[in-house]
Amino acid sequence: MKKLHYLLFSATLLIGSAANAQLQVEIAGVGSNQIPVAVAAFADEAMAPEQISAIVRADLERSGVFKVINAGQAISDSASVDAGSWKARGADALVVGSVQKQPDGRFAVRYKLYDTVKGSQLSQLGNEVQPRFTRLQAHRIADDVYEKLTGTRGIFSTRIAYVKENRAGRDYVLAVADADGENEIVAAHGREPIISPSWSPDGGKVAYVSFEDRKPVIYMQDLVTGKRRVIANEKGSNSAPTWSPDGSKLAIALSKSGNYQVYIVNADGSGLRRLSNSSGIDTEPRFSADGQTIYFTSDRSGGPQIYKMSVSGGNATRVTFNGNYNISPRLSPDGKTLAWISQRDGGFSLYAKDLASGQELRLADGASEPSFSPNGKYIMYANKAGGRVALAVVSTDGRVKQRLTTKAGNIREPSWGPFMK
Amino acid sequence: MRNVKSVSFIIATAALLAACKSPAPVAEPTVVERTPTAAPVADSRDIRPVETATVDPLNDPKGVLANRSVYFDFDSYVVREDGKPVVANHSQYLNQNKGRKILIQGNTDDRGGSEYNLALGQKRAEAVRRAMATQGVAEGQMEAVSLGEEKPKATGSGEAAWAENRRADIVYQ
Repeated sequence: MKKLHYLLFSATLLIGSAANAQLQVEIAGVGSNQIPVAVAAFADEAMAPEQISAIVRADLERSGVFKVINAGQAISDSASVDAGSWKARGADALVVGSVQKQPDGRFAVRYKLYDTVKGSQLSQLGNEVQPRFTRLQAHRIADDVYEKLTGTRGIFSTRIAYVKENRAGRDYVLAVADADGENEIVAAHGREPIISPSWSPDGGKVAYVSFEDRKPVIYMQDLVTGKRRVIANEKGSNSAPTWSPDGSKLAIALSKSGNYQVYIVNADGSGLRRLSNSSGIDTEPRFSADGQTIYFTSDRSGGPQIYKMSVSGGNATRVTFNGNYNISPRLSPDGKTLAWISQRDGGFSLYAKDLASGQELRLADGASEPSFSPNGKYIMYANKAGGRVALAVVSTDGRVKQRLTTKAGNIREPSWGPFMK
Repeated sequence: MRNVKSVSFIIATAALLAACKSPAPVAEPTVVERTPTAAPVADSRDIRPVETATVDPLNDPKGVLANRSVYFDFDSYVVREDGKPVVANHSQYLNQNKGRKILIQGNTDDRGGSEYNLALGQKRAEAVRRAMATQGVAEGQMEAVSLGEEKPKATGSGEAAWAENRRADIVYQ
């Protein structure tokens, strides 16, 4: 009973530390077969601007894959560890570490991961980072724990882009934040709407649609330099940019011929070529993982359905058949799963379909604009609830859900960034 | 009261003075001065005639051109009966004023996906553009674009707000 109280208390502390965040994380469900991991406080971590062990714990907990056990003490990576006693406390793995301030102002962050069942060391990392990157280093440690214990690359150190809007105040922000919603940075700001951000595969650029010229125009922004370039400003509307997997091209949707049609263009804005050919709407192009197929939304059969065609154009094949409104196709990074938005029984829901078996899974309701995490394990989407739009995350097996909320305005149009060095 | 009205009418007329033959922006009214061709010596009895400008009907708040919105039924992309006079009036004006250009901005309600709604808004703008083209308006005078669900005239949800946002607006450039 005493132990339970302590756990509850520590959970409250975690929520408290997130209260200043731009986005708040709510975990609505947990995965089954969670891996119990004990995370000790890192020795001397109080001297760093961020508490490394708290961030690691929050990351691992949020994933839904782990049952995090607070070790209740600081254990340095240089300390000898009694694996058996941690096993006896229910932990299959143990995370320990230390922080040391260097003469040049950087922090040396070291960590070790132990397998308490086998009594062996599974991994270790040691990096010297600038103070502003201590949070990133904590995410990298969580990534390493996740990968060593699950075999899948972690996404805690990746970033997300999204749009914050205050329509009444005519205030629109394209923001970039850590995958947990912390560390938010404004990438673009203005008085007209911004939609459809799309990260380049190298993580250095974002293509998006801005209405600053009284109509939708596609821009590409270099995140580091802040330089912008127009990718498409043809007569009519220009929207729905998405990158080819090799980063050399963008598929876009243009209305220059009348209704929206799908085009392909080089990443420098040259070589515009039409791919789809219908009298209705063809929009929301997405590349398959191998870059050879384009999935898109078309109303050629009446209501919107998802189709696919070769990256060189030509005949299209219908992909979705259930329901009268299927939009926003997204392909998983491994190419095996299609996620999209389907209207069934009135509401708009996030569905995922195994492309090999055709098996459909309903993942979330009140959803739009889905975006896969780069490891394919999660989908972030815009969630409309109570008149407000916020971001939410669901695991692709549907077991874990999180909602990222703010105090005011809408947050929508998420785009999950790629793995980065 | 009548005096006040007529004074304000005169003021409004004066404010809206525009060149009768020039397609210059209406926001900058100009008075065309005609210099008599043979007036070598000005005499105190000479009269220098001034041509008064006509009010650009586009700026008449009570004129038919003041209505610049075409509304659509749910899930429909066809110009309704009540939108046809709007299309006809602006087509006539554009045909008489070849220098004027418009943006036709299509809108939708906020149900569904933002990109698909952008495409649906485009479909509404295209419907108005095609209707005006059949009435002789040159393609170079029109650009059909979409604002999708991004710039709703009516906020909130419910049929009244949704209906208000199922709309294409004619915006003079």
